[in-house]
Amino acid sequence: MDFDQIAAAVRESFQAEAVDLLDTMEAKLLELEQGDADEEVVHALFRAAHSIKGGSGTCGLTAVANFTHVVETLLDEMREQRLKATPELISLFLKSVDCLRGMLSAAESGVDFDAAEVAAVQQLLEAELPQAESGSPEPEQPARPRSDGNLWKVVFKPQREFLHRGNNPLLMFHELAELGSLAVLVSVEDLPAFEELTPEDLYLWWTLELTSDCAQQDIEEVFAWVEDDCELTIEQIESTAEEAAVSATAESSGPRPPAAASKPTNPKQTGSIRVSIDKVDALINMVGELVITQSMLGAFDDYSYEDFDAQTVDRIRESITQLAQNTRELQEGVMRIRMLPISVVFQRFPRLVHDLSGQLGKKFELVLEGEQTELDKTVLEQVSEPLVHLVRNSLDHGLEAPEARLAKGKPETGTLTLSAFHRSGNAVIEIRDDGAGLNTEKIRNKAIAQGLVGEKDSLSEDEIHALIFRPGFSTADQVSDVSGRGVGMDVVVRKIKALSGDVSIKSVEGKGTTVRIHLPLTMAILDGQLIRIGDRIFILPLLSIVESLQVNHSNVSVVANAAEVYRLRNEPKPIVRLHDVLGLDSSRADLSDALLVVVENGGDQVCLVVDELLAQQQVVVKSLEANYRRVEGLAGATILGDGTVALILDVPRVVAAARQGSPRFFPPANNQAELGETQTAAAS
Amino acid sequence: MKEVLVVDDSPSMRQLVSTTLGQAGFKVTLAEDGEAALQIAQKNQFKLVVTDVNMPRMDGLTLVEKLRGLPAFKFTPILVLTTEVDPAKKTRAKTAGATGWLVKPFDPQKLLGTISRVLR
Repeated sequence: MDFDQIAAAVRESFQAEAVDLLDTMEAKLLELEQGDADEEVVHALFRAAHSIKGGSGTCGLTAVANFTHVVETLLDEMREQRLKATPELISLFLKSVDCLRGMLSAAESGVDFDAAEVAAVQQLLEAELPQAESGSPEPEQPARPRSDGNLWKVVFKPQREFLHRGNNPLLMFHELAELGSLAVLVSVEDLPAFEELTPEDLYLWWTLELTSDCAQQDIEEVFAWVEDDCELTIEQIESTAEEAAVSATAESSGPRPPAAASKPTNPKQTGSIRVSIDKVDALINMVGELVITQSMLGAFDDYSYEDFDAQTVDRIRESITQLAQNTRELQEGVMRIRMLPISVVFQRFPRLVHDLSGQLGKKFELVLEGEQTELDKTVLEQVSEPLVHLVRNSLDHGLEAPEARLAKGKPETGTLTLSAFHRSGNAVIEIRDDGAGLNTEKIRNKAIAQGLVGEKDSLSEDEIHALIFRPGFSTADQVSDVSGRGVGMDVVVRKIKALSGDVSIKSVEGKGTTVRIHLPLTMAILDGQLIRIGDRIFILPLLSIVESLQVNHSNVSVVANAAEVYRLRNEPKPIVRLHDVLGLDSSRADLSDALLVVVENGGDQVCLVVDELLAQQQVVVKSLEANYRRVEGLAGATILGDGTVALILDVPRVVAAARQGSPRFFPPANNQAELGETQTAAAS
Repeated sequence: MKEVLVVDDSPSMRQLVSTTLGQAGFKVTLAEDGEAALQIAQKNQFKLVVTDVNMPRMDGLTLVEKLRGLPAFKFTPILVLTTEVDPAKKTRAKTAGATGWLVKPFDPQKLLGTISRVLR
């Protein structure tokens, strides 16, 4: 039995549990602050602290246990109504939660935490205690005189109902016998006549003689549970020279704290994931179906060549279809395991908003919508930071100060809404505020000053708004601590794009701003539409395709800067000649018989010219970056059923580029080596 | 086979106790709070119950009281896991019917030693 192994496993699961408990504490503390002085809230707080204390102690995280002990004691006072929950106290508790997070994360990564800060907070906590109570939760073992080989006489007279609580005197004697050598003498003098005997009652008592070098305390300890349920006398008959032995307080070693500060870590990139049992059950069912299909196909293994006739072939075909279905379901089921509800990320925000509200002197209300919307775990981990930045931006720059809001006739408290939902196979996260909105003029001027646009360029309001995503752009007059360093927005965009997602912004000056993030539900598998361009096959994500149609030449027109536009149901959409984009030979000069595939990204639509629409199939997305390098305009590659490599087009990029003018990602035909190179690299 | 019912709202504590007892040859059933434990107890037999005190829905001492009300559990050893040792809490545990207690944090050896005081 290896207790070290047990301890390590327990420590890991405690860390995960502690994260949840601390989150719960934070949420409850914020509830308390809103005035929900519900008894149950305080009880829940106490239980959480209690669990953390117990668990950390068991794992050997002594410093954590000691610190939490003080927190728990204060919470105990609160739930016994001996202490009131003042705003200052709640702030102090919130600070303690931060300390604990820091200590736990330091312990996990094996670094040291800032002991000075923790000690400072602990002192403040202790100051709040009704009577000063000094920390250590562990009972100290005081000095006890030790003696050698003494004879102890123990008279043990249990009460009649002794057995009723499940105690067993015999097992206690066994325990006593471990201390030395034991002689047991039972007295049956109190036994009644058989007819009066109730088997549940105890009529016996004992005299025990123990020869041991133990201390009296050790003997008392054996009977600790039952001291009130019996008469117990312990006498020492002989004694030899006493040794005064001081036993030190037993403490498992915790992290030694020097002054190194610990960095606050962001949402844990843990190696484990919580999965709802329904998902697991669904998977088990699917695997069951797969096994059935497999045995159906397996039956054909015994067939000889003569047995195969048309009917057999049909049956095999059926099984193969079934197999495709099973595989697909299983695939989706497994993907879903990696999906977590976005509440995991959203739950940071009440605290963030609360802190910023104080810091900025503004009043906000946070509304969370769609918390159960699920996204892939990795995507969630990556999207958390950009969201934080966008929220800070909104609160810092978007929402106005209370007086300014009132002057505009808005309610004093600004509303920030975080909303998540699924739409056409993507996950969408919206950050909506009812603040000042974007100042179009200011942005335009700044962009001109930075040389991003020319003075004479005419841009739509949306296009001007989109400029804030450019690197280095910031209209904040001075860099505030909260945001506005000008490195934020483009990092957000970059991170979202790295997830194959997209960011867009819509704003009405004076009314508010909405930032919208589109994310794919999973990055690994794609439902693709194969298309032929020239003699190569490319793939478009099926979900981004709105429709495909044969060109009606009368709907094509050429606009100002020689861009072609297609009138689709009375709305002009840019036409993108993919041949040009990809630097491939144009197989057609005019568009008379062309096929157009209308694709959508974030509300904007674009018509792509393709030569042929081929099959639709699921493809496994292989990263170009990992295998070759990042190629603008391509979102990845895949290997088709016949072994050829097909490149996946980056629809958002194509759409965005098309909106700004005619995009050209690849140099023209003579440098097709690039494209070929890319394909070769992807195949290896 | 020695069947044990382990009740604790902390998953890591459940894991610790169940692993320790499992390796020692016990057959462990887990419950995460008093109510769940009570339901299990009504349908199964156990030689020992180990329960935490502070739990949501139904706390440990209430669970002990209720268990003692079930005929099958009248004399079953019930150990409570507690972080406090003050006399008042001890008395309360005993009044509820607990056989004994074990102070958290404990190391797994201690758990086994304590159990040997009530179970062969």
